[in-house]
Amino acid sequence: MTPPSPLIDGALRPDLAVISEWIEPHSRILDLGCGDGTLLDHLARTRDVRGYGLEIDPAKLSACVARGVNAIQADVDDGLRDFGTDSFDYVVLTQTLQALARPDLALTEILRVGRKAIVTFPNFGHWRVRLQLMAGRMPLTPSLPDEWYDTPNIHLCTVDDFEALCESRRWTRLRRSLLDSALRQGKRITAWPNLFAEVALYLLED
Amino acid sequence: MNDTPAAPATIVVATDSVGVVEPRRIAIEQPLKLDCGRTLPRFDLMLETYGTLNADASNAILVCHALSGDHHAAGVHATDDRKPGWWDNCIGPGKPIDTRRFHVVSLNNLGGCRGSTGPNTFNPDTGRQWGPDFPLLTVRDWVRCQALLADALGIRRWAAVIGGSLGGMQVMQWAIDLPDRIRNACVIAAAPKLSAQNIAFNEIARQAILSDPEFHGGRFYEHDVVPSRGLKLARMLGHITYLSDAAMRSRFGSELKLAAPSFNFDVEFEVESYLRHQGQSFVDRFDANTYLLMTKALDYFDPARDYGDSLARAFRQAQARFLVIAFSSDWRFSPARSREIVKSLVEADRDVSYALIESQLGHDDFLMPIPAYHDVLGRYLSRVADEVERA
Repeated sequence: MTPPSPLIDGALRPDLAVISEWIEPHSRILDLGCGDGTLLDHLARTRDVRGYGLEIDPAKLSACVARGVNAIQADVDDGLRDFGTDSFDYVVLTQTLQALARPDLALTEILRVGRKAIVTFPNFGHWRVRLQLMAGRMPLTPSLPDEWYDTPNIHLCTVDDFEALCESRRWTRLRRSLLDSALRQGKRITAWPNLFAEVALYLLED
Repeated sequence: MNDTPAAPATIVVATDSVGVVEPRRIAIEQPLKLDCGRTLPRFDLMLETYGTLNADASNAILVCHALSGDHHAAGVHATDDRKPGWWDNCIGPGKPIDTRRFHVVSLNNLGGCRGSTGPNTFNPDTGRQWGPDFPLLTVRDWVRCQALLADALGIRRWAAVIGGSLGGMQVMQWAIDLPDRIRNACVIAAAPKLSAQNIAFNEIARQAILSDPEFHGGRFYEHDVVPSRGLKLARMLGHITYLSDAAMRSRFGSELKLAAPSFNFDVEFEVESYLRHQGQSFVDRFDANTYLLMTKALDYFDPARDYGDSLARAFRQAQARFLVIAFSSDWRFSPARSREIVKSLVEADRDVSYALIESQLGHDDFLMPIPAYHDVLGRYLSRVADEVERA
């Protein structure tokens, strides 16, 4: 999946803005799949946050290097092994969970390396997804724009699925934010999260 | 561009070259205490510089060479030179190490054989060539003498120190030993210390030289001979470790050069003639004692040793920002070795970026103009130049 641009009209994308607010100033973070380093750069400038990004794409890594963001070329599974237990205050995984080989194992690793984890993913329970499935086709939505045959998303889940996993592993949900397709919050989402949330954000602790 | 007249045939130096350069010798008239316990009362270093040093001497980059390198990193010595310096594709106007913005210093290390004080130069105490009397050196010794060179050049703090392979080890040692004198550390195709396998290869190379009857215990100069068989073998062995299996296969294959085997020990395969050629041309330009000394410096390199065998503790001394680069096909100092460096830097809470470059050739790729490699190095250094110019 190609995540949406991290900046919208020069402002930080709303989901990244929510994440930024969750992160305590002066903390040390690891951003998995950090892209061109927008979030880390923003956090360094606004909250005095230090950290590293993991990025597999050489062009994006190079973009991080160009703006002075620490970036390490590695994929999530490979990269996490190198970090000690509790070596970061936060480990951030934005919109990548569903593309991992074993999201459950990755989350366990993330919560080993980080004291807290921030995880975001597209909600497969969204009404638009359900409608398209009822019509007999694989869904194409703003947060799931790829065709079934070329999507990197191999482990999609709903808000309820994710929370069931957290419960079974006894991971504590410290915060949750549910956003619509414009990445904004709203009343409908609060009432029926699994139906109206397009993107789900969680702050977890084990 | 099509309608411009053809360039006159006399211009052979490309516009992105530093052009014709002149090496110079700097005498350091100051004693240098070495790790082995001995002291050199004075020494000479050969160097070349490219680009202009700015008023506050803040735009200087030190390039550290690898096992067989020297001060001639870029440009040519004469317009009819067959080959430019060893890192000409990376140093020059508009290249990753951009000489329009940086003042680049490249030296022949102490113990080298290209004009700096080393085994093939004369020992003033004896009037003979040093030969086996020249002290064995460590990477720490090189950093010390490079710092004396920086003093002589009026450079208080390097904007960056850059090196590949053994050069990358000098970069790490700089960052650990003299943290306030290096702003950025670019460590390319290096390792935090040698593996047993690395040392084994070095030991065979040394034995090849030491067992050559013409080595004469290192005093071959006085016998007017060169231990060419030993040095050649050492270089042939080295070359195997510089290339990947795939690169050797695609470059040489394993077909007989002739239609049928000739059942003797003449050159029958491409790779044999390549190795013999590399070995022979090395004998013509390199000194056997220097080769021994360089391989020992590699073997001894272990910055963690001074810090309870903890590389992270060693790196806690450093203040520089790091860029670590590895090559996927390098098995001599594989990406896993670079990851050890990165891991320790992260543990030490230092600024570090790490790029793994997709490559084919092997260890030698650090000398190749691979686009992704030059892109990330160039963008890193461009930011360094921005910072220097803003300050």
